[in-house]
Amino acid sequence: MGNKQTIFTDEQLDAYQDCTFFTRKEILRLHGRYHELAPHLVPMDYTNDPDCKLPLALIVNMPELKENPFRNRIVESFSEDGMGNLSFNEFVDMFSVLSEMAPRELKAIYAFKIYDFNVDNYLCKEDLEKTLNKLTKEELTPEEVELVCEKTIEEADLDGDNKLSYADFENMITRAPDFLSTFHIRI
Amino acid sequence: MARSVNFYLSAPLMEAGLESPIDEEGVHDSFSQLIAEQSQNGGVPDAFELQQLQRDLDEEGQDNVPYLPSPGPEYRGRPEGQTGTEWEDNDGEMDPLVGERWSSATMKILSSMPSRTIGRSRGAIISQYYNRTMQLRRRRQTRPAIAGSYRAARPSIRGYGIESDTTDDVAASKRDRLVNNLQNLSGGDRVRMLRAIPLSVAEKRELRRLALQKEHRTQTASRIPCCSQLKYYIIIAARQSWYSWLSFLHSLQLWQVALKRVSGRFGSGVLSYFLFLKTLLFFNLFLFLVTGAFLVLPQAVHPPAPSIGRRSFSGLELLTGGGYFSDSVMYYGYYCNYTLRKSCQEDVLVANETRSNCASKHHSYNMPLAYFFTIGFAFFITCIILVYSMSKSFGQSFRIDKSRSILAIKVLCSWDFKVIKKTSVKLMSENICTQLKELLAEGNHKQDEKTRCQKLKRLMVHGLAWAICIAGSIACALGIYFFSDHMHQNLRQTSRFVPKNPLLNEASLLALPVVVSLMNQLLPGLFNLVAWMEDYESPTIRTYVAISRNLILKVSVLGVLCFHWLGRVATEPESIGLQCWESFVGQELYRFLLMDFIFTLLDTLFGEFLWRLFSEKVLKRKRSPEFDIPRNVLDLIYGQTLAWLGVLFTPILPAVQILKLFLLFYIKKSSVMMNCQAPRRPYRVSQMHTIFISLLCFPSFLGASVCVTYTMWSIPPSFSCGPFRGLGTMFQAGKKWMEELEKDNPNLSLLARAHSYLLEHPFFLFVGAGIFLIVIYFHSQVVDGQRKIISLLQEQIENEGEDKKFLITRLQSIHERKRTPARRQDSNY
Repeated sequence: MGNKQTIFTDEQLDAYQDCTFFTRKEILRLHGRYHELAPHLVPMDYTNDPDCKLPLALIVNMPELKENPFRNRIVESFSEDGMGNLSFNEFVDMFSVLSEMAPRELKAIYAFKIYDFNVDNYLCKEDLEKTLNKLTKEELTPEEVELVCEKTIEEADLDGDNKLSYADFENMITRAPDFLSTFHIRI
Repeated sequence: MARSVNFYLSAPLMEAGLESPIDEEGVHDSFSQLIAEQSQNGGVPDAFELQQLQRDLDEEGQDNVPYLPSPGPEYRGRPEGQTGTEWEDNDGEMDPLVGERWSSATMKILSSMPSRTIGRSRGAIISQYYNRTMQLRRRRQTRPAIAGSYRAARPSIRGYGIESDTTDDVAASKRDRLVNNLQNLSGGDRVRMLRAIPLSVAEKRELRRLALQKEHRTQTASRIPCCSQLKYYIIIAARQSWYSWLSFLHSLQLWQVALKRVSGRFGSGVLSYFLFLKTLLFFNLFLFLVTGAFLVLPQAVHPPAPSIGRRSFSGLELLTGGGYFSDSVMYYGYYCNYTLRKSCQEDVLVANETRSNCASKHHSYNMPLAYFFTIGFAFFITCIILVYSMSKSFGQSFRIDKSRSILAIKVLCSWDFKVIKKTSVKLMSENICTQLKELLAEGNHKQDEKTRCQKLKRLMVHGLAWAICIAGSIACALGIYFFSDHMHQNLRQTSRFVPKNPLLNEASLLALPVVVSLMNQLLPGLFNLVAWMEDYESPTIRTYVAISRNLILKVSVLGVLCFHWLGRVATEPESIGLQCWESFVGQELYRFLLMDFIFTLLDTLFGEFLWRLFSEKVLKRKRSPEFDIPRNVLDLIYGQTLAWLGVLFTPILPAVQILKLFLLFYIKKSSVMMNCQAPRRPYRVSQMHTIFISLLCFPSFLGASVCVTYTMWSIPPSFSCGPFRGLGTMFQAGKKWMEELEKDNPNLSLLARAHSYLLEHPFFLFVGAGIFLIVIYFHSQVVDGQRKIISLLQEQIENEGEDKKFLITRLQSIHERKRTPARRQDSNY
């Protein structure tokens, strides 16, 4: 239906439509964006699912991510190998989770992954310190950073292990109705 | 669910020097699965004990390990030693969990507790979603295909797919069971579930492929009767058409690029204004489609006999809406009060006999009825859409418990990912920094006890400010009341004599709209000035106060205007020489809408553009003005109220409003990009959105529909124009139709009688309203109950945390005790 395009088969487009929050047109547009990041590396014909990954440095230069202080962590959280190399599937996944229609729980899971710098399933004090420094571009003094991290853990930690587990994080997210609108990138 | 944990090590494990204090057999089966997973994925084992553990686990083979997914990125296997040292650093803590030197096995087990792995390891995700799909299936009570159920399951439970403890089930992997569940869900549920699973897209595609493959296989294998197959095809076709409709809608992508630029530079706050504008545009589009299709088009195709004295076109019509336009399809007066029929004139020429055919043709269109029902239908659907979006927005932003984690939310949820411009990002960082410092300062010094004198002074300042604002609004309302009265008297005078200069008279009608729009733009400026001298505790309260003052002004202005139109003009139209008061009111609303637009333009020009130049050149300030979101949104709501008021009298008014909103979007967007800067104060998007939608629904739409209902119910329509001429009230058109129906078809007399009984006795309205209030009361009680439950659950979670700490310390101490005698034994040898 519509214009005949040869990038994906119809079956592939249906699969993408069912598994992400994008429509066919948006998937094709995303492929266009992915392709223009590295026109020599990315094939135009995806009908047989080529195994092509773009490195972190290319993805992070996209205008939507360039100024974001968490850009490296965002791309790393969605990459299979953890180093930030994204295949097209992972690229679509990233923007699908960050799109308007993704539900709160899905966004919370990935937000937790993004803020967990040392990938240990907890937001410990170091993670929070790093997050703060990236947020405020190191404008706060170290004492203030320390104080803020302590207070944050104090406020959000429910089971008393001095770190924020995913359950604590999710509980806090339910109290922030703006989370859905801030954790959103328009592509 | 919890099995008893054996505190004593079993002999073979002890001999192997195993560190794990937990009896492997007693462990919950998900532990063993996860332990095995991690032991296979595990990173560099940096302790001899870890290697031992791994070897013994592999040896034992007691792990009936089902399908083990490939290692995900989240298990890069951080060596446990690191977590240990991190905990060691916090020696000063009183917390028993921290500062202890846990054995690596304990830490391994701790980190693989189910609550820690939700959303992280693939196995845990798949189990979690398997449980969810099971719950969804049970809720939907779909009967799974017979071919999919397990042969070993008891027949009574075959239909529910309940997990049975047969060996077949243990052999089937969790993934296969998830696929089975997915297959058994309906199409829409499956898609929703697939989208929500936090796995990578590649895996989701694989799950989907397996689910659909199985479905195809079961379909072909079981030879479904052809009607189910037909149903299947219909469902597939429906889904495809729904997707193509969605694609089409998305491809329209109204203003997608513009919105992205605005959000990239200003963030979610300013974006919300433009999204609100887009929402209003769609409301008006819907309204226009309905009135256009059912009112304007039929009447335009069958124009009534042209009236005498039709004036020629002069340019002033575009502003005043009168003159040439007054006798056009724009206004109520043009519409016929008879049933439109296809023109019979050419048939008369052919033969006289065909005249009878004319009357019996079913191309007839009862104009009064159509007018009545179209307006009613449009309002009804708008009401439903508004209430639905209001409740959805309310549900998203309403929080049952008072938020006490303000700092945590500020740190983790306040970064706006939409902002992509470098300067805006810098500004946002600065804002967050400032807000964090403020929050810290607040927390540190706890509210300074203000002296009584200071409190009194603050109260007085607030009281004075409110007095000024309310006095301003009342003065404005009174001013409009007297000015409109003055205009009314003027019209009375001029209607007695032949007008010397009709154009001047037309232009004088513009005076009232100009005055009202001027007041609407100037007074909020006064309110801002007054608010500047006050001192508010939080920016949220300041915003609420500004919104309420602005609202009071607009409500009073609109109230006075409605009184003027419905109470003065409509009751004695002949005194000002009007044949058709509805058309006059329609023209007034057109003028008001237009003047509102022009003054908004002027305000944008002066308020934003010139102010920026002024502050840069003269005041030498670096900061540009901020975009005042609440004020602009209230202006939009005011314009929309006028449009809703005017639909009855001017069916084309939604089209005018559409054009106005369209132009306004581009003008505001260029002004914002050129002149304004991002707001400094935090802006709660979802809360504000809820407030604005509620304001759109309650004062605005409710007020407009009350006015329209009052007009239709009580005010007698003009005698000589419009579709309701000659009737007592507009409402009687419906009544007349029921009577005609009854006459034509006596069987419907019961319906007609019920209809008239319901309408004439307001008792049922009271009963309905009473039931509604009772339902609301019950729901508020439910919310209170839920609040209590939430606090109880939080206490429970804290207790569980304490239990866990206790158990871990006890286990560790027991393990230590067991280990030291063994070591002593070893050292003795």
